[in-house]
Amino acid sequence: MIWLSFLAQIQFSPEQASRTASQVDLLFLCLVGITGSVTLVVAAVALFFLIKYRRTASADRTPAKNSSLTVEVTWSVIPLAIFIILFGWGARLYLHESEIPANATEIHVIGKQWMWKLEHLQGKREINELHVPVGRTIKLLMTSQDVIHSFFIPGFRIKEDVLPGRYTTQWFTPTRIGTYELFCAQYCGTNHALMIGRVIVLDPTAFAEWLRRGEETVSVAQTGERLFRSFGCSGCHSPGASVRAPLLQSIFNSPVPLQDGRIVRADERYIRDSILLPNTEIVAGYDPVMPSFQGRLSEEELFALITYIKSLGSSQQSSTNAIH
Amino acid sequence: MSVLLYSSDTDEPRERDSYLTPHTLRSWLLTTDHKRVGLLYLFTIIVFFVIAAVAAGIMRLNLLTPRGDLVQAETYNRLFTLHGVLMVWFFLIPSIPSVLGNFLLPLMIGARDLAFPKLNLLSWYIFILGGAFAFYALLIGGVDTGWTFYTPYSSTYSNSNVVLMAAGIFIAGFSSILTGLNFIVSIHQMRAPGLTWFRLRLFVWSMYATSLILVLATPVLAITLCLMALERIWRVGIFDPSLGGDPLLFQHLFWFYSHPAVYIMILPGMGVVSELIAAFARKRVFGYTFVAFSSLAIALIGFLVWGHHMFVSSQSVFAGMIFSFLSFLVAVPSAIKVFNWTATLYKGSISLDTPMLYALGFIGLFTVGGMTGLILAALAVDVHVHDTYFVIAHFHYIMVGGMVTAFMGGLHFWWPKITGRMYPELLGKLAAIIIFIGFNLTFFPQFVLGYLGMPRRYHAYPEQFQVYNVLSTAGASILGIGYLLPLLYLLWSCFYGRRVAENPWNALGFEWETASPPPVHNFEKAPIQRDEAYNYAEVASTPGAGLS
Amino acid sequence: MSTRAAELAEQFEDVAQQREASTLGMWVFLATEVMFFGALFLAFSVTRSLHVESFSQAAKHLDILAGTINTAVLFTSSFTTALAVSALQQGQLKRVIGLLSVSIVLGGLFLAIKGHEYHEKWVEGFFPGNAFAVSGPAGNEVELFFLFYFILTGLHGIHLLIALGVTAVLVWLIVTNRVTPTRSMPLEASALYWHFVDIVWVFVFPLLYLIGGR
Repeated sequence: MIWLSFLAQIQFSPEQASRTASQVDLLFLCLVGITGSVTLVVAAVALFFLIKYRRTASADRTPAKNSSLTVEVTWSVIPLAIFIILFGWGARLYLHESEIPANATEIHVIGKQWMWKLEHLQGKREINELHVPVGRTIKLLMTSQDVIHSFFIPGFRIKEDVLPGRYTTQWFTPTRIGTYELFCAQYCGTNHALMIGRVIVLDPTAFAEWLRRGEETVSVAQTGERLFRSFGCSGCHSPGASVRAPLLQSIFNSPVPLQDGRIVRADERYIRDSILLPNTEIVAGYDPVMPSFQGRLSEEELFALITYIKSLGSSQQSSTNAIH
Repeated sequence: MSVLLYSSDTDEPRERDSYLTPHTLRSWLLTTDHKRVGLLYLFTIIVFFVIAAVAAGIMRLNLLTPRGDLVQAETYNRLFTLHGVLMVWFFLIPSIPSVLGNFLLPLMIGARDLAFPKLNLLSWYIFILGGAFAFYALLIGGVDTGWTFYTPYSSTYSNSNVVLMAAGIFIAGFSSILTGLNFIVSIHQMRAPGLTWFRLRLFVWSMYATSLILVLATPVLAITLCLMALERIWRVGIFDPSLGGDPLLFQHLFWFYSHPAVYIMILPGMGVVSELIAAFARKRVFGYTFVAFSSLAIALIGFLVWGHHMFVSSQSVFAGMIFSFLSFLVAVPSAIKVFNWTATLYKGSISLDTPMLYALGFIGLFTVGGMTGLILAALAVDVHVHDTYFVIAHFHYIMVGGMVTAFMGGLHFWWPKITGRMYPELLGKLAAIIIFIGFNLTFFPQFVLGYLGMPRRYHAYPEQFQVYNVLSTAGASILGIGYLLPLLYLLWSCFYGRRVAENPWNALGFEWETASPPPVHNFEKAPIQRDEAYNYAEVASTPGAGLS
Repeated sequence: MSTRAAELAEQFEDVAQQREASTLGMWVFLATEVMFFGALFLAFSVTRSLHVESFSQAAKHLDILAGTINTAVLFTSSFTTALAVSALQQGQLKRVIGLLSVSIVLGGLFLAIKGHEYHEKWVEGFFPGNAFAVSGPAGNEVELFFLFYFILTGLHGIHLLIALGVTAVLVWLIVTNRVTPTRSMPLEASALYWHFVDIVWVFVFPLLYLIGGR
């Protein structure tokens, strides 16, 4: 009886809970179909030969050619053509997955041994759980406090490594209300298998309600503004400061000319590195006088500062490729 | 010393002097005979295989229940690291090259030994030394980083014996390099008269391609492990971001070696399969030239695909695309081999002896493994299944379903040549079938587990994954029995197996033209290659007919 | 001088085959060394690109005079080794021994100068470890530079030491007539190795001492 109920529940894939999920599943199904068919055909042909030409059988064994350029080219070129198509399909979908849609709602993720810390921009924080409203596009801005982890939601078919010392991003649009598993998918030590959580997709009203529940929170941007002042950033990075430093209005995502001639985009990575390693990318025309805040700011505080700077306006140029 | 040749239906072959005759320990430990060195490697890698297999057994037992509390998490992590390290570096990489390659290469090219016999013995001692370090690291508690040693976990956070284990692998790497060097020089310089490149056995071609990878890729691993160990000792930031390093640099360096390494592990198996198909279909392999070149193509392209292990590690999207394309490309030469082997069966005269069963098993299982490799090469799909059981299933289909199967097939095929005795055929067939069934039951459910989302290196898992885990563990026990059988009957056959004459299979090839087991200097008279390899068409196909 | 018959190892058919096998063997071995040092150069270059400033600063602590002298010493030793090979082919055995001895002395001189540099660095506190001279995040990067300095020059030094040993053995082989004008393979192979060690230094020296270290 157990087996019957098991058979009734057999799943070969997780639920399709995001737009990407159904696209990935389709590609997967095609891959399985094509490769499976080829395997079966080869097996059938081999089996046929095994039987027909078994040693005790009297079959026609008049020697045939032992090589044929035509045959070789055919069964090289046709698979290659199929492979190119499959490659292109996978690459296209991957490219789509790597381009973060504009107007995505940002969520901050910090991985550490052995838990996930998540933060909504409104200031609400979660541990090992992420509440999101269905239909909203979510961008995850992620970093690790220690070793490499990986943020994996099978139901959405997405995964991206989470690294210490840098930011990685991924996005999803949940399309079904429900609860979906969250796994750490990069071995990170003793309790790697226990670093699991849940993504809870709610309808918009319920989500708004959830957001409101609990203590009052200060928005992340506001926290950032407070830090901006208390750490002395505004002492230089404001008009009329005695030390000459770049002003940060609308700087986010704008092109920044550096002293060595390069032009970089002022994205999250740039801002983080400017705070922690200010002398590696000095803006053209400025002196290298900014002190480093390495070791003085937590990952949460860095996120807050970056969010605050974003709130000062972004450049029109919004090429929002996922940070790789 | 002379070895007389017997025709198989009058006199029973009797024990004669051969390379096995001197029985002293000293004669074994100071041998420079390539055949004995091959056997020394065989004994050694079996020990490592058993240890690593037991570790896997414990892991699968632990995974019977979702809570995974048979062993502690810490222990489980050390077990899967042990399993990976020993299987990759101390079993698979040396297996066919250092056992069958060492034994057969000089025979197949008609030489008395390899170019540098003393280097050959040295390579075994280096292997033992590396193995001793690794073994010691295990005894004092093992390592918990996974065989991939990703930083900064391995270089900064892990509390285990990383440096010791890295030293063992580093040392063992020199054994690989020396073996590859010996093979390359031997194949270039010591072929018999008349043995041009395109008359070489396909096994020799595969050894050549493998050796190219051995000598070019292994040094990169050496440096990578060296730097990781030094970072750990001196707390500097090459790979550790908290000290200003780049963790992706480690991954690039590591996979630059480790991807070609998997081709070190599969190319020899493909070489063996070519030999088995030819011998048991009594037909020249179809498309010989293409099969030969495909080995080289796999070796070359195999150096260019390492980034497919890093699609979600934050390497650039552009790099990901290039690696994906090349990964699809590298499947073409492998497909060429499979098609050519199948075509060889056409109009052949096929006998399903044990080695042939293994060869056919290889073709089926390797094809599944290779096809799932294509699935992994597709970027968007890999994002979902990377670091899940899908990947584990994929590489076990190739490594176990492919390489180990080919190794078993080759071992059975050349066993009478190596030992002068035949294994029991019925048991051979039985074991092959048990292995095939056990293997599929163990690893096919893991494809499903992976797509469902179960990550790898998990000692515990959510309940919905239990059924597939139970199936997999059941399969593993069957597989274990399957491997135990040959261990026992092959050992038995050394003492009680039927003695054989020089060519029990009526196969074509220099090794079948000398006694079983061969004399120390391989041939009484230096052989000459007079025509193409696998010239079965010229020879009557009824068993027992004389062969030139 | 009496000559012994050229020794033919039993796995070979003839001396020509043995000779070609030795040559090919040495070239294959050198290919592995290229991959070994190449990977190390790559790791160093990538790491350097992450810390251009501090690596340039750190490089200033290196003794460029010692490095330059060493480069000249090593070049000269390669020259004497090459001369030794051609002298052997012309049968001038005394000259061969003399030239090889000069190579050994020069190689030893290189190692001595290197040793002096190492000692200096040790005394100044630039050896990686707890007692490193510079602390703090900037210090981490300087320490990293010196880690690479010691690895690169250390591995090179070990290879040179091996080359010295091999050359010394060769001198003995020539003296005892085991290496002769008709059996010159061992000298040619080890000369090849010596030149390789020289070439590695040609890359190590600029990478460490010259780039940015003004």
